[in-house]
Amino acid sequence: MRKSLLALAAGLLLAGSVGATSAADKLKVGFIYLGPIGDLGWTYQHDLARQALVKELGDKIETTYLENVPEGPDAERSIEQLVRAGNKLIFTTSFGYMDPTLKVAKKYPNVHFEHATGYKRNPNMSTYSAKWYQGRYIQGLIAAKMSKSGVLGYIGSFPIPEVVSGINATMLAAQTINPNIKVKIIWANTWFDPGKEADAAKALIDQGADVIMQHTDSPAAMQIASERGKLAFGQDSEMIKFGPKTQLTSILDTWGPYYIERVKAELAGTWKSEDTWGGLDSHMFAMAPYTNMPDDVKKMAEDAQAAITAGKLHPFKCPIIGQDGKPVECKGGDHLDDGQILGMNFYVKGIDDKLPGK
Amino acid sequence: MQLVLEKRAERSNTIALISPLIAIGLTIVTMVILFAILGKNPLLALHAYFIAPLTDGYSLQEIAVKATPLVMIAIGLSLCYLANAWNIGAEGQFLIGAVAGSWIAVKTQGTDVGPWVLPAMLVLAAAAGALYALIPAICKVKFGASEILTSLMLVYVADLFLDYLVRGPWRDPHGFNFPTTAEFDPIATVPLLIEGGRLHLGAMIALLVVAAVAILLGRTIKGFEIRVVGAAPRAARFGGFNANQLVILTFAISGALAGFAGIIEVAGPVGHLQPGISPGYGFTAIIVAFLGRLNPLGILIAGLFVALTFIGGEQAQIAMKIPLDVTKVFQGILLFYVLACDSLILYRFKLVFPNRQVTRGAG
Repeated sequence: MRKSLLALAAGLLLAGSVGATSAADKLKVGFIYLGPIGDLGWTYQHDLARQALVKELGDKIETTYLENVPEGPDAERSIEQLVRAGNKLIFTTSFGYMDPTLKVAKKYPNVHFEHATGYKRNPNMSTYSAKWYQGRYIQGLIAAKMSKSGVLGYIGSFPIPEVVSGINATMLAAQTINPNIKVKIIWANTWFDPGKEADAAKALIDQGADVIMQHTDSPAAMQIASERGKLAFGQDSEMIKFGPKTQLTSILDTWGPYYIERVKAELAGTWKSEDTWGGLDSHMFAMAPYTNMPDDVKKMAEDAQAAITAGKLHPFKCPIIGQDGKPVECKGGDHLDDGQILGMNFYVKGIDDKLPGK
Repeated sequence: MQLVLEKRAERSNTIALISPLIAIGLTIVTMVILFAILGKNPLLALHAYFIAPLTDGYSLQEIAVKATPLVMIAIGLSLCYLANAWNIGAEGQFLIGAVAGSWIAVKTQGTDVGPWVLPAMLVLAAAAGALYALIPAICKVKFGASEILTSLMLVYVADLFLDYLVRGPWRDPHGFNFPTTAEFDPIATVPLLIEGGRLHLGAMIALLVVAAVAILLGRTIKGFEIRVVGAAPRAARFGGFNANQLVILTFAISGALAGFAGIIEVAGPVGHLQPGISPGYGFTAIIVAFLGRLNPLGILIAGLFVALTFIGGEQAQIAMKIPLDVTKVFQGILLFYVLACDSLILYRFKLVFPNRQVTRGAG
């Protein structure tokens, strides 16, 4: 009995190693995820893109992911584990992985890295992100039209430029509809924590907000808004099933085409370190259908989307007045330049809040 | 009929010693069943968890890196627990140590200071951790406040204080508002033991701490006092040992070690101060302390074992696509069995039959 068990064990181990060798000639592509793949938001969208990648190139590549990797000391090890497991192209999908990714990239010059939403690059480390502020601008227009109280509720994650520029774009748009529009901002200080996100949504509604928008990753706020009969925008993914009568639209992260393009470049040997910052025109993100709004609001949103996509409308069109009442320097001709948006560290006029740390 | 736990008249020392091994054995059996239900090959999964990380130098280094803070904190906690003082707030002491040490690193950043920086950071971190731990200790001794509650609550205070610092005054001016300090200068970081690796001097210090506490407990009168006060408080009183003084002492030592671990983690593998520097080391260390039977050598082994489950869990995710949640279930099951085995050494189940005729008498 004992011998047969040992034989079985040996057989199983051998079977495993045989499986490994047949996969060895495939390109290994690794992913580091911030949340669980079931967060239904940020990480979920990255994983959908990974699945699209597998569907497209599954016969040439093998993908592996590590989920729930905190943006802290463990990230470096997790990334290195993927390198050591033979992954040649590694996507690290959150801002906080920037320094760990760079550290590992410098250590392994022959492995290629793709870091989402960061600003540090290396000959073997690209960055990629999307101009979500364009989508936020459209949301701001809709929110101002739909809000009866004139108070918007905004759940922030971290006061980094990506989030701050989203708040500013929202308010610049909303002010074109209602110059007296107010926004209440709560910093959840997390990307993903359904409990905190729900609490924030409740607090915002209690303060009079009737349209909830978020820069955090779970559908918790949508559910609260739905319970309370308010309106809300989804984030990262289609959240309409959490608020069929609540969701106005949602900014959908659509990483699939980018991932496929980068992996194809890697397979062809043409991968180069690049900085990709795609807008609505590049399909790095999309808007979910405009729902729960009258036809004229829907039309306005669609027109704005078309204008932004065509490059006719820039959310940060000058003059931009800062919170201090002074105009912001206009480095991009008739709008702020990319550097100013990527490093945005100020609120525009009309935001009755103090930027944390300022 | 009722099921009650009854204290055993005598306890077997041998069983007490091997009980963690029984617990680990039972955990493995449970995991094999779980893997089978998940449709994963149990043998390959166990291999990924326990064997693969031990077969290459890189993983061994990572295990040591992960075990360093766990062992250091758990050693301090074991002194508290032996003396019947329940420090649950090592996480907070860890954070405060990290903050205090980082203060020097942040203030001297970019200046041309001497090599005294790192030693000063270590000393200040240990002192801050000790002082922070003294708050619940003094509250217990002076006012009889439950140290379990006060030490736990101070964790959140420390957490938010750190949060405030890195979002406000200490924030990296070039960090795009992300809540973190700038990277420490090389002179303010813990030196690496192996070039290109991540193993740092802290691992050696952890070993020294283990040895020092083993000597303290085994060879000194203070160590004897700590053990007697915990095991036989009445005897200790007759012996003239001052239990209150020992609460203060053990809390201070354990706070100092936690604070020390905090700055070593920050000035070592992390390299800067940020929220989330501890994925719950202070709490996991409680498991490590008990898994190691509150014995210094046992804690060293337990710390390495728990670190192995972290690294192995990651490898299982990569090699077998086993979700991370399974690793967490695994750690939970392990703690469950350790506690269950311990309980069953001291207690046994007994069926009690209530007198039915009396209870039915009224009807």
